[in-house]
Amino acid sequence: MSGQGIGQILVYAVVLVALAYPLGLYMARVYASGFRVRWLSGLETGFYRLVRTDPSKEQDWKGYSKTVIVFTIVFFGVLYALQRLQAHLFLNPDDLPAVPAHIALNTTASFTTNTNWQYYGGETTMSYLTQMAGLAVQQFVSAAAGMAVLAAVIRGFSRRSAKELGNFWVDLYRSMVYILLPLTLLLGLILLSQGVPQTFSGHATARTLEGVAQTIARGPVALMIAIKQLGTNGGGFYNSNSAVPFENPNGLTNFLEVISILLIPAAQVFMFGKMVLARRHAWMVFAAMFAVLVIGIGIALPSEQHGSQVLRASGVDITQGHGQSGGNMADKEVRFGIANTALWGTVTTDASNGSVDGGHDAFTAYGGAVPLVNIFFGEVIFGGVGSGLYGMFFYIVIAVFIAGLMVGRTPEYLGKKIEAREIKYAAVGALFVPTMVLALTAISVVTSSGLASVFNPGEHGFTEALYAYTSQSNNNGSAFAGYGATSFSASLGAVAMLLGRFAPLLAALALGGSLAGKKVAPVSAGTFRTDGPTFVVLLVGVIVLTAGLMVFPALTLGPIVEGLSH
Amino acid sequence: MFRDLKSSAIAVVVITLVFGLAIPALFTGFAQLAFSSQANGSLIKVDGKVVGSRLAAQAFTKPRYFHERPSATSPPYNAGGTTFANLGPTNPDLAKAVKQRAAAILKLEGPYNPGLTIDEIPVDAVTTSGSGIDPGISPAYAQVQARRVAAVRQLPLATVERLIKQHTDGRSLRFFGEPAVNVLELNLALDRGQNG
Repeated sequence: MSGQGIGQILVYAVVLVALAYPLGLYMARVYASGFRVRWLSGLETGFYRLVRTDPSKEQDWKGYSKTVIVFTIVFFGVLYALQRLQAHLFLNPDDLPAVPAHIALNTTASFTTNTNWQYYGGETTMSYLTQMAGLAVQQFVSAAAGMAVLAAVIRGFSRRSAKELGNFWVDLYRSMVYILLPLTLLLGLILLSQGVPQTFSGHATARTLEGVAQTIARGPVALMIAIKQLGTNGGGFYNSNSAVPFENPNGLTNFLEVISILLIPAAQVFMFGKMVLARRHAWMVFAAMFAVLVIGIGIALPSEQHGSQVLRASGVDITQGHGQSGGNMADKEVRFGIANTALWGTVTTDASNGSVDGGHDAFTAYGGAVPLVNIFFGEVIFGGVGSGLYGMFFYIVIAVFIAGLMVGRTPEYLGKKIEAREIKYAAVGALFVPTMVLALTAISVVTSSGLASVFNPGEHGFTEALYAYTSQSNNNGSAFAGYGATSFSASLGAVAMLLGRFAPLLAALALGGSLAGKKVAPVSAGTFRTDGPTFVVLLVGVIVLTAGLMVFPALTLGPIVEGLSH
Repeated sequence: MFRDLKSSAIAVVVITLVFGLAIPALFTGFAQLAFSSQANGSLIKVDGKVVGSRLAAQAFTKPRYFHERPSATSPPYNAGGTTFANLGPTNPDLAKAVKQRAAAILKLEGPYNPGLTIDEIPVDAVTTSGSGIDPGISPAYAQVQARRVAAVRQLPLATVERLIKQHTDGRSLRFFGEPAVNVLELNLALDRGQNG
């Protein structure tokens, strides 16, 4: 680890907070009922008229949920059809055939749930139309849907004796037009200027200096990469994702992309603080998330710099310095080196982004365990746009419940009594997905059709399977990419992604709806304070004790035994 | 339910038209006007013919050229189908591949670098890149190859080392990322120097 590498990570943290804080305050204004941009308000009312909604009419949690689900189902159909029909549609200059049914199904589930798991190589499978008008549109929409749901859940915390949580169409429109679109255009422009392509021309063909023909894939890339990062999507235009120079040409683009991964999820913590008038509490939630992030980097970075067993044994030079970054360079890019790849791998799995700038399958045993555990925590360390913070609410409710048990008092959160119903929703929200991960992983390693996907031998192969179902169930999308697509794994993954998206989403809306109806009790001497460091420790403890203990036995079979036994 | 279905159907059409077609089309139009080279893949032309992209490695096998990092794509350095190698940190196939690559480098560079041993070969030289088309090698790996290229081309070593320095992409804003030598641009500069 060089000082330079650590310096880059420190600058990352400072820039992240400096950008996320003001953005969060802006976002809180965007979701407030009176928000209006005068010169754009005609478009906004036009949209509401088109979708036949009265923006002043709000929905209760059930109505809101229904609209989210129906909206997703309709888009599901369109995206599937687009992939199956792409050969007959326009913007397919390289004449790609229809996407096979099981890949199209998995990909549709993947992009409508903000997962972006990719059982295909983008540049060799998807037409420009599919990438641009199908996948990239979902990268806007699934992100905006998550952001909308979060805004609704937060209203449940801040309202008193109410039923309504908001109007889905209003929250969706504002997320897309006032938050995601301007940031995407800005980032897309910078990426373009640095070398990320944006063209409708088909692949280029070069005659190399040694006289061989070389195909160079390109397309409408820059805009997709921008929304892929900002919307915690992660699905790249190219198979090797952000390791490919055409997605991520240099150190500057790498820095901006990795900032973008956490920007909105981090901003949402501050947005939450402003919306519920509990800024100190929001800082504590931020601190808990940040602590886990730092621990992750603290393990991943030295592990990757130390290098893998095979490389250390090979005798080549893996020491850092003298014109190289050294360490485990397998499936990593020289222009990013160890520090930037370890940082990215940690951050992309704290968020539910899942884009990668180096191959996770080739990470060292412990370096690869960090992303795995991050995802298993339920994508709450900042997490996905919207889904990260509403996922964190489950852990927060459980934390105040445990604190309440310890002091022998009915737990309260933000002045509202937490009772049996809320605990049930929180328990479902926090435990459903990790339970499903373990079940699906078990199925995949005891059936021969499941084992057909495994690429690496031994315990590393088990980790591949565990990572695949952890990533898909938690809607992350990064992979130990040796794990291959079969119709079995693609279908099982599709189920995991859909259940993993909607079970917590519905639990969160139900929680918000239930809390919205309650009165606010005044703070008393017996109230457990959620705005101090004790709360941070308790919250991190709850995450580690629930999700952490669930994944630990599986970790011992995979990365831990791999790290110890060679 | 029916109301939601109708609203959703309209929203899906509107959003796809605006976010999937109109905005990307406008953005692409702007990109083609304002950043035409970057927007089309940073292609490098020599005498009007495309010889590659500054953002993609290509196969170099001749001793007069600097060589790229190993690639897992098929064929190697396929910029139309990127991929990782995905070999785990304890995979015996990785050990075998690294050993073979190191031996090949020692055989190729040894005659020009008397006394070259395996512990002087930088790790990026024996590992596949993430993309399979990493356009850069570490300055350390360029240094290992410099004597060979200088000898084969009958150039002073200092000239080759100067060219390496010229074609090293430093850290962005002198801070972000790691230095990398752009192999294609370096080789082009070498060719240019000898032809012109």
